[in-house]
Amino acid sequence: MTSTPSDLLTELQLDALTELVNIGVSRAASSLREMVGAQVHLSVPTVTLESRAQAIAILAEREISNLVAVHQVFEGDITGRALLIFPETKSLELVRAITGGDLPLEDIIELEQEALAETGNILLNSCLATIANMLQRSLKMSLPEVLRGSAATFFSLAPPPHAGDVVMFLFINFAVRERDISGYIAMIMDLPSLTALKHLLDEFIERATGEATQPHNDLA
Amino acid sequence: MPYKLLIVDDSKLARMSAAKALKTLYPDWTRLEASNADEALSLAKETPFDVALLDFNMPGRDGLQLAADLLALRPSTPLAVVSANHQEEIVGRARDIGAVFLSKPLSEQAFGAFLQDAVRRLELGNA
Repeated sequence: MTSTPSDLLTELQLDALTELVNIGVSRAASSLREMVGAQVHLSVPTVTLESRAQAIAILAEREISNLVAVHQVFEGDITGRALLIFPETKSLELVRAITGGDLPLEDIIELEQEALAETGNILLNSCLATIANMLQRSLKMSLPEVLRGSAATFFSLAPPPHAGDVVMFLFINFAVRERDISGYIAMIMDLPSLTALKHLLDEFIERATGEATQPHNDLA
Repeated sequence: MPYKLLIVDDSKLARMSAAKALKTLYPDWTRLEASNADEALSLAKETPFDVALLDFNMPGRDGLQLAADLLALRPSTPLAVVSANHQEEIVGRARDIGAVFLSKPLSEQAFGAFLQDAVRRLELGNA
């Protein structure tokens, strides 16, 4: 039986996952606001499930330039990797937004690695910690690592992934101090982890909704 | 007396979860649901409601913009804007509009306190 990754979750499971990610990203915005000292604007994240090949194709199609990624491994009931990805051209922009923009270029370049790792760490940890807490599981996360390359490099990190691996793809726009920086969060997991995630999402949906009746208008 | 709650959230799960909490807290209340600001506004123009619970981060107009529109339509309606994004600009804007800010995930306790206060305001208004 063949199925596309988007069929692997039901509509309500995907809705629940999107909501968890939305809460995680919103909390990260609050943390980033503390760090930056200016309001951080975020778009509503869209979440899709793709095969590894599709995810690579999507990034290759949308982003022509080289990419930067902050990478962390998570382990627990669900195991995989999380990446915050954006175009390399936006990376110094992000550092300027975070440092306030009045630093000379050489300082910015020097700070780039650290600022990227820190931003990635805040965003990724916030998403993963929210998902873990709300699914009532714990996840162990590795330290952030900054990578440069293409989608193909990021999605093929050793140990070699399996053909059936699924990429959970999130697209968010964030803007700080009028600088528009858009990025992607990708979580790569294997099928056993996705199966575990489905069960945890079902339990979460059960806890969150109980047995609610239909509303009085027709929106179901 | 039973009131009608308007729930606006782009997440169906979040609407279901709020509906569950409402059922526990005020089983005799009814509710209306919408998944975005435009839908909520056209619904609000047709059907009266007493209290509203609005998600902040939604595609299209956000919950604070919607809150302002709803208040223009029905001034002094008790409204809450819900978000995990508690940046002071957002909490401050909610306060300025006259909406209550509630943290996401919505706890039954915080939701209950908001509804209790809403009931008090509605009863004062009706007296």
